[in-house]
Amino acid sequence: MSNAILEVRELTTKYITRFREDIYAVDHVSLRVEEGKSLGIAGESGCGKSTLALSLMGYYFPPLYYTSGEIIIDGRNISGMNSDDVRKSILGNEIAYIPQAAMNALNPTQKVIRFIEDVIEAHDPSVTKKEVYNLAKGFFEAVGLPADVLQKYPVELSGGMKQRTVIAISVILSPQILIADEPSSALDVTSQKMVIKMLRNLMDKGYIKAMIFITHELPLLYNVTDDIMVMYAGQIVEKASAREAVFDPLHPYSKGLMGSIIVPEEGLRDVKLTAIPGVPPNLKKPPSGCRFAERCKYVRPECKGTSVPLRDVGNGRAYRCIIPETELREMYAREARKNV
Amino acid sequence: MKHTLRQVFQSGKFLIGFSIFSFILLVVIIYPRVITDPPLQIIGQGTFFPPGLYVNVYDSLNTPYYTLNLPNATRNRIASKLSDEDRQAIKEWLTAVGISEDQIDVENTAQLLEQWANNYDPTLRVPGMTNARRNYFIRLNSSLSRLLATEGVSIAVRNEETGELEEIGAVTQTDYVNASQVPNVRLLLLGTDNFGRDVLTELVVATRVSLLIGIVAGLVATSIGLALGLLSGYVGGVVDDVITFITNLFIVIPSFVLLILISFSIGQNQRGPITIAVVIGFTSWVWTTRAVRSQVISLRNRDHVNLSKLSGYSIVHIILKDILPYIASYVVMALILQISSGIIAEAGLSILGLGPRTTEVPTLGLMLYWAMIYQAHIFGKWWAYLPVLITIALITFSMNLMNTGLDHVFNPALRD
Amino acid sequence: MSDEKKLCLSGKGVTKVFGVGRRKTVAVDHVDFNFYEGEIISIVGESGSGKTTLAKMLLGLINETEGDIYFQGEKRDIGSHRKKKKYWKSIQAIFQDPFSAYNTFNKIDTVLLDCIRMRGGGRLPHEQKVAMMTEACSFVNLKFAELTNKYPFELSGGQQQRLMIARIFLLKPKILLADEPTSMIDACSRATILDMLMQLRDEIGMTPIFITHDIGLAYYVSDSVYIMEHGRFVESGSADEVILRPKEPYTKRLLNDVPKIYEEWDLSTV
Repeated sequence: MSNAILEVRELTTKYITRFREDIYAVDHVSLRVEEGKSLGIAGESGCGKSTLALSLMGYYFPPLYYTSGEIIIDGRNISGMNSDDVRKSILGNEIAYIPQAAMNALNPTQKVIRFIEDVIEAHDPSVTKKEVYNLAKGFFEAVGLPADVLQKYPVELSGGMKQRTVIAISVILSPQILIADEPSSALDVTSQKMVIKMLRNLMDKGYIKAMIFITHELPLLYNVTDDIMVMYAGQIVEKASAREAVFDPLHPYSKGLMGSIIVPEEGLRDVKLTAIPGVPPNLKKPPSGCRFAERCKYVRPECKGTSVPLRDVGNGRAYRCIIPETELREMYAREARKNV
Repeated sequence: MKHTLRQVFQSGKFLIGFSIFSFILLVVIIYPRVITDPPLQIIGQGTFFPPGLYVNVYDSLNTPYYTLNLPNATRNRIASKLSDEDRQAIKEWLTAVGISEDQIDVENTAQLLEQWANNYDPTLRVPGMTNARRNYFIRLNSSLSRLLATEGVSIAVRNEETGELEEIGAVTQTDYVNASQVPNVRLLLLGTDNFGRDVLTELVVATRVSLLIGIVAGLVATSIGLALGLLSGYVGGVVDDVITFITNLFIVIPSFVLLILISFSIGQNQRGPITIAVVIGFTSWVWTTRAVRSQVISLRNRDHVNLSKLSGYSIVHIILKDILPYIASYVVMALILQISSGIIAEAGLSILGLGPRTTEVPTLGLMLYWAMIYQAHIFGKWWAYLPVLITIALITFSMNLMNTGLDHVFNPALRD
Repeated sequence: MSDEKKLCLSGKGVTKVFGVGRRKTVAVDHVDFNFYEGEIISIVGESGSGKTTLAKMLLGLINETEGDIYFQGEKRDIGSHRKKKKYWKSIQAIFQDPFSAYNTFNKIDTVLLDCIRMRGGGRLPHEQKVAMMTEACSFVNLKFAELTNKYPFELSGGQQQRLMIARIFLLKPKILLADEPTSMIDACSRATILDMLMQLRDEIGMTPIFITHDIGLAYYVSDSVYIMEHGRFVESGSADEVILRPKEPYTKRLLNDVPKIYEEWDLSTV
């Protein structure tokens, strides 16, 4: 087994609402990202994937609170550290985070280079402006951005260019791992592709050692990441390689999700899209048994009542369902025959 | 709607503003029912009587006297007459005759007077003291000896036939009358103004009139602003161009100058409070128009408006049901600001002598105007203008606070 | 589909220009189109391509600057409010963002009653109206009894979009313009919405026109696809023809930039 960049064990975090209710948006999540690998997190809106991204940084601010579990980055446990230390020594240096609206983070009244100066000075006050400029110029060219972006104001850049600029800035300190939460959702397809190409480039050239990519767009996730983790109601319901997750999902929720993929490719018109009826459960009072039971086509009486553990089936695959692997596959095959 | 109202009343800022405003409103409504005197009646002969309890002297002579032996009576009496300057002079004399400074306490009246009685000698010539100063000390000594006198005062009436004074009674230093037995007592909490009118009663009525002016001005301004803004924003095209042109024209002309010119041209005799209110309203609709217009333009392209159109509704229906409710909160906030700025505008206008004509009703602005004309601020007659200023400040403060509270409720970006 | 296809909506040289003089922008630039009855049509374009402007012109919400739109073979006349009202009985829309498509001050009942009124059922007895609303709601898998006296914002995005479809169910228009009907809702509700639209199409025989940026969705649902770039249709034809065998470079680029799952996604082309 190669070197793990990020290892998370049983991480649980919660939101505390204004009415003092606890919402466990990340519930005993364990994951492992190895060097040179990228992990994708899929799920509907409200399933906890963005909260997981925030929680992974070890930097909590109200209303999000840490409850239990461990986050180990490159052998260093950061889950016990206080938020200030995390902000100073972990964020940027070890973990970089890009939220969806990251491109709006650039100060419109400052040139891009000023922002980079701030970032670098915050971590090393001794550098001169000249050094920063040379560093930034070299870095931008290496990651495929024109160096003249540095001397521009954010308003002079297109949305896609802004997003790529922010990504470049966030990894300029060579963090171990990059967490990207829907980095391209607000962009048109061409800009999205450029962002993806840049992320790939960052991985290939070793500017970042690992990546966690979060999106609800499954075709995109499939093309970007090595492994995919499907989340539902704060829990991991399936872990698999990208190919297996898309073409051979085990958990009924993953199956439903993959059945809703639309891509402009031959054969799509003959497939019947699947829909999952109902809405995700309220996390203030999650159901005691399988959280997906309410919406599941294959629900059995024993699904409700006791919680379902994540079942490890080897090869890094795991899923959270009481029905055995082979039986699930048989059911899916029957279903597919019926639909033809 | 109910939910929004509950949210509004949960906002601390709104609640404080609302409480202050309700208090002012209650005072304005209840006070005239309790104190029914005509507000502009001239009761004082003379200007600027200070605040306090006024007891009729004549009546007090004819009420029963009670003898009270109060220990501090003499001291209080002397203390109220012995000025700080006199105390310093006494200290000066005492040090000059050789009493050390730490034995003299200017605050301790009894000790000071005793030391004075023991040490003052009118014949003593202190070296370096001018004649004028010496005479001052002689005068001080005689006034002090009158203060220290213990005998009473005689009350005498002139005999109509002989023209001689006949003593009918005497008042000693320990005589008291019970103020509640005196038939004529008047509490003037804020004294009187330059005309001798009760400032408090006048202030309450003035507040009512000023609020009325503010509300009328606010309603006029908001109605014009709302109508033009809706028309310009929703209809668009040439109508929008014309209205925007007029609005811009009015923005360039300082509205206060316009206000002065219009008020002046109306003439003193035509200027009632409502006229002034309408004039203020007519000069302050501009910003409401602009704000409503831009809000309507952004609403006009929203899908719920398109949906209403597709459902076959008329323009009037769409404006009333699909646009107006969305800007209602904004318009209410604009109205509140217009009311408070209307009150201030009236005050500003009145200070210049262009306010409502003065014979019928007082307004806050007119009260300030008279206080200024009679130089109350120079003579330190604070009761003539300070309560007015505080009232204006409280009204506008409470309204602005309510406005901020509403803003926090209606503008999600400001919510915490 | 029969050979004699009936035109339901067509346009010649339809143009929309915003602003005048130097601020002039041509949003839609002389487009020609023929939408046939019974077909499913998609207009695909990126943001700023003018597809929403075109949709608004088709709906009669804004006037075209130039060109003519023909409705059922005849020149469309929507000069007066009365004529517009009549036109809107035949053409209706579903909007992208269900959260902004409802008046937040109106109850769900109002939304549905409006539709009944528009179909001339304003004077029907109350029970019959309730029966109609219940039918419409159950068509989209909603329970009217649970929705009555509620406000649209109390529903989830998917439910709101289904309510939109219930509205169409009541209105039974000839043409339905669906402007990005699924882009704001979760992937697993997407299939439900599309299924319902297709079912509705069969039920009331309407012609759906999808306005979308999602070329995959266009391929999945439609018979004819129009690709729009900078206010012009650059390519049009049957879905298989346009998506699987694109001729124009713009269509090719668009297809190239979308991530796929069966073919390799070529990142080298940007």
